[in-house]
Order: sequence, then C-alpha cells, then structure tokens
Amino acid sequence: MNTTQQLLADDPIWIILIKVVGLFALGVVLTLFMINWERKVVGRMQQRPGPNRVGPGGWLQSLADGLKLAFKEDIMPTLADKRVYFIAPVISTIPAFVAFSVIPFGGEVSMFGERTVLQLVDLPVGVLVVLACSSIGVYGIVLGGWASGSPYSLLGALRSAAQVISYEIALGLSIVAVILYSGSMSTSDIVSAQGTGWYVWLLVPSFVVFVISMVGETNRAPFDLPEAESELVGGFHTEYTSLKFALFFLAEYVNMVTVSAMATTLFLGGGQIPWLGHLWSGFDNGWFQFLAFIVKTLLFLFVFIWLRGTLPRFRYDQFMRLGWKCLVPISLLWILLIFAVRAWRNSESGDITTLLVAGGIVLAVILVVAFLVPDRRRTEPLPIELGSDYPVPPLDLTVPTPPRARTRRVTGSSGKEPAAVGSGDSGKESE
Amino acid sequence: MITTLAQAAADTGGPMTLGESIAFWILGPIALGGALAMVLARNAVHSALFLVMTMLSLGILYMVQQAPFLGFVQIIVYTGAVMMLFLFVLMLVGRDSSDSVVEVLRGQRLAGLALGLGLAVLLVAAIARSLIEVTPVGLGAGGAGSSQNLHGIGRLIFTDYLLAFELTSALLITAALGAMVLAYAPSKSRSKAGQRATVLARLTGRHARISPLPGPGVFATANSVAVPALLPDGSIAPESLSDIIESTPVTEIEQPPADPHSLTGGSSQDGDR
Repeated sequence: MNTTQQLLADDPIWIILIKVVGLFALGVVLTLFMINWERKVVGRMQQRPGPNRVGPGGWLQSLADGLKLAFKEDIMPTLADKRVYFIAPVISTIPAFVAFSVIPFGGEVSMFGERTVLQLVDLPVGVLVVLACSSIGVYGIVLGGWASGSPYSLLGALRSAAQVISYEIALGLSIVAVILYSGSMSTSDIVSAQGTGWYVWLLVPSFVVFVISMVGETNRAPFDLPEAESELVGGFHTEYTSLKFALFFLAEYVNMVTVSAMATTLFLGGGQIPWLGHLWSGFDNGWFQFLAFIVKTLLFLFVFIWLRGTLPRFRYDQFMRLGWKCLVPISLLWILLIFAVRAWRNSESGDITTLLVAGGIVLAVILVVAFLVPDRRRTEPLPIELGSDYPVPPLDLTVPTPPRARTRRVTGSSGKEPAAVGSGDSGKESE
Repeated sequence: MITTLAQAAADTGGPMTLGESIAFWILGPIALGGALAMVLARNAVHSALFLVMTMLSLGILYMVQQAPFLGFVQIIVYTGAVMMLFLFVLMLVGRDSSDSVVEVLRGQRLAGLALGLGLAVLLVAAIARSLIEVTPVGLGAGGAGSSQNLHGIGRLIFTDYLLAFELTSALLITAALGAMVLAYAPSKSRSKAGQRATVLARLTGRHARISPLPGPGVFATANSVAVPALLPDGSIAPESLSDIIESTPVTEIEQPPADPHSLTGGSSQDGDR
C-alpha cells in the first residue's frame, strides 16, 4: 500500500462526501465551460465571433442552453422500447462520472485540518477502471440508438459499438508500456513514477497511439461517425429530446475530460512539473499540482477542439483501417521492442551502452538500405481518351490562385475597422 | 469505496465482515434476478441486457472479495466486449425478433432438460464440496491480496501455466483466423473497383453514359420514380423512363394505412393541430 492509499484509507466520511460533490461539480462545470470554449475557438478558427450574447463575453451561453433543454417537451417516440429508451442516457452518464473518481488531480493537501490527497479512490487497478467505465458507457449509446426505433439511430448505435470496441484495443495496448515502466496500475503510483521525467518523452509511440485512440473512443471529430450530421441526422440521439438529450451531451463532454485527464496522468506526470519544484518549494503544494493538472488537461481538451475545427470526418472504412491496420500493429511492435529492451537490461550482460550502439548500427543499416533501394520509377500517366462528347474540364487543368491584392484593397476601402459589421454608428456614417 | 470495502474484509479468510455481507445481499439477488430474467425475457435484446446486469454484479462481487483485477477484467472483457458483440448481432437481426417456441429438432427439449439437470448436479456437487471440505484462506493469505493481485496472476500465468496460456491463445487466434477466412475469402475474388478506376471507366466510355441517368429533377412536378424527368424545353427525357415501371400493369389500390414512422404520441399530435 503506498502513501496515497494510506491517506485515502483514513479519510473521514465528510471528506469523502466533499470530494464526491467536488468531482461532480468539476465535471459539470468543465462541461459547461468546454461547450462554450469549443464554440468560441471553432468560431475564431472560422473567422466568426461565436456565442457572445448571454453573460459576460457570452460565457453563460451553455448554461442558458442547458436550462432551456430542461424545459423542452420530452417526446417518447411511438416505436420506442420505453424502458430501454428511458434508461440509456442514465447508463451513458453514470460511468462517465465514475471514471472521474480514480483521476489523481493533485498531491497531498490539508483540508480543514485533515491531511488527504486530491483523489477520490486509488485502486491498485485504477487504469482499468477508466477502461471498464468507457466500455460500460458505450452501452448507453448503443441501447439509446436501438431503443429509439429509428433507422438513423440504429445505424449510429452500430457504428458506435464497432468503433469503441476497435479503439479500446488500441487504447489498452498503448497503456501497457506505461504500466510496464511504472510497475503499477494505480494512477497515483504512475504519477509518482514520473517524478524524474514524463513518459511522453520516453514512450512517444504509446503517447501518439493513446491520443489518437482517445479521440476515437470519445466519438469526437474527425471520428464522430456515430453522430455524423451529414449522414445520420444526429446519429444515436436523433430521437432524444429534453433532459435525456442533455444527459447524452453531458456524458460526451465528461468522457472527453476523463480521457484528457487520463492522458495527463499517464504521459504528462499528473500535476507534477519536475523542474519547477527546484525554483520554489511552494510549487510542491498539492493545490498547485491541482492547478497544473487542470492546465494540462485543458491542453488536451484544446487539441480536441482544434481537431474538430481542422479535420474533415473520416470515411468509415478508412477509420477502421486506421485502427486495425495501423494503431494496433504499431502498438504491438512497440510493446515487443520495450519487452526486448527491458529483458536485455535485466540480463547480466545488459548495459545501456551496448544497447545504444547496437541500436545505432541497426538504424544506420536500415538507412543505408533505404538509400540504396532505387526510387519507384514514375510511370507516365496514359492520356485518357474521352468516350463521349460530354463536356468535362481538361485533365491537366491548373486552378489559378486568386490574386490577393484585390481582396485586400476591397476591405481596405471600407475604412480601418473591417469588423464593425454589427455596430450601428459606422453603418450610418457610410450612408 | 471499493478499497475500503476490500480492506474491511480482513486479510485472513475469516468470517464475512459487515461491508462484505451488505454487498453480497445486495448484489446476490440482483445477479440471480438478472439470470432468471435473462432466461424468461421474450425479447432477445432484453435478455442480453439482463445477462449484462448479472455479469456486472458478479464483477463487483469479485472486487469485494479482494480480487479487483479479476472484477475489472470481467467487466471489460465480458460486459464490454463479448456482450457488446452479442448486442451488435441482435440489433442486426432486428428488434422485433422474439423467441419461437416451435421445436425444430425432435427430442431437443428432452435432451436439453437432461443436460441442464446434469450440469446443475455437477455444479451443486462442486459448490457443496467447496463449502464443506475446503477451508477458505482468503486472497490476502498468500501475499496475493488486493494490491498484489496483478503480480500474483502475472507470475502464475508466465511460469506455472505458461503452456496452457499459450495453447489457449493459439486456439483463439486459429478460431479468429478461421472465422475471417470463412467470412471473407469468397468475396475476395470479385474485388470492388475503387473511385479512381470507376471515374476512368466512365471517362473512357466503358459505361453507357458519363453522368448518372436523369432523375425527376429541376423541371419535374413530382419526385416519384414514376414521374419522368423534363428537359429544359418541357419535353420528356427518354432516359429517365424506367422500362420496368412503364411495363407494369397498374391497378388502383386503396389508401394504405398511415406509416407508423410518421405517427407521434397522441398528446403532441393534438397540440400541433
């Protein structure tokens, strides 16, 4: 039993209650914040202001939307399987919050005179809790899609089932390397094992695979096939309204926060910033670690938003090929390599110099062979003879780039404030 | 929570502690009820859901008995992956497929009953023996208690039971490969043309025309397949006429009943009007 587990074991019941309420509040507040942040950031990326009406700077928009959802009519489709339809949003929300409980948000703090750790539980198999919760959470999506009795929902549910099963394998494999190096599955042990250096430097392939598959696991763009708007209306939640829909939304965003927090825990050393403690001892405080943890988590959440603003949605077969033929084999090979290196280092003759020299030689040989192999000869594309007189553009058509200067001059002529579309004064002046 | 429960259960295999018995008396009936409901439920998806409930409570029972690893693996593998595949297939089959009570194989029910009874006798005998003759030591006794679970299982699998482990994995891989070959091999021979090949085939005149057939489009007055497309001058585009529809004799039918998909709950319909 490590110190975290000992500290957690003698927590009085009121501290546990405070932590539970705090975790729930954190989940909900982060969801409200994320929705707004996402809309604002994507808005900036698409050169529009985003929500800016409700509250200061528009930051209360998602709160207003949530309240509105609660007062909307709750529609039960005629073809729905009533009980399953009712319970599906609940099934998807509860595991999302349960997975939150093993996240090591910060180090040791003193709460009303009681020493404790900013973490609800620390199981010896903490990492598995997150995996288990995500595999239960997908039941909500699948059952909701099935019970709605609509083809769109059913298709979304089927896609979601296949997607989560496939990407959970890649996710699990990418965690294996971290567990091997930290020697434990407990989240607090993994964080304390990164006291000297983060695993993101040591285990780069694992990190990349984890980040890609965590986007797939949470059904987010560019992997948001279960709710592809252009194909399936709303996907699994097409038929849902009111609070049930809000629960699905809540679950999606809490899941995003959870996997981001997991990535922080596994690869970015949790709340620790190794070199900062040398500057000033105050940075070793548990509350400061909490702050650092939240900042790192927000970094991952920003990547989620960035991806959504940048990438188009994958086609279904491309998505499956990426998972099964790219991520899983890479993970397996990487784990094999790690096993080999560790076995070598644990053996009697295993010293790091020999290993590095051998690795360098192998790399050099690969490079030499790669340079010696001749380039693939480019075959000239055959000229295509058109089979009909149907008007098609020439195949070697080059699209001319529009001249930049003219567009700049147009905006320049309307004065120094091109963004003043909504303000009434400048409009009257121009008239 | 679970750790405290597990720690409350003493490290030796003594009598059940309060937390353990509370958990047992809550989870036991749920697991049993789920199992019974799985057998009795008419709808296949409901049946699968009750099985999920049973498996979940079993997983939590494992955790309470100082085997958190086993508990979570039970949830991830059985509830998360295996049952999800079950549900996947059930959904593809269709939501209204209920059990048929027609006996297809003669004597199947009798044989099933006999085998089931035999299994029950075996299980009862094994459990009774474990209750009477074996003295429980608890998972904590062998140094493999809740925090050492992983190390213990890992050491056993990769030392004493290595051969059994490898054999099992070889069997499973063979099964998976076999299933893939059986399902995939016949369709491999006629591989589909890609986007590029299709476009080239269209451009080089291997299709009848370069564009799709004209549908009832911009100039048409309706969007039924039976309505021909109109050319800009108002004449009928001959390529939009379907031979099948044109040659089918038409008889007037009565107005069909309303499509259930278009119906909503009674109250909301009234509200709309």
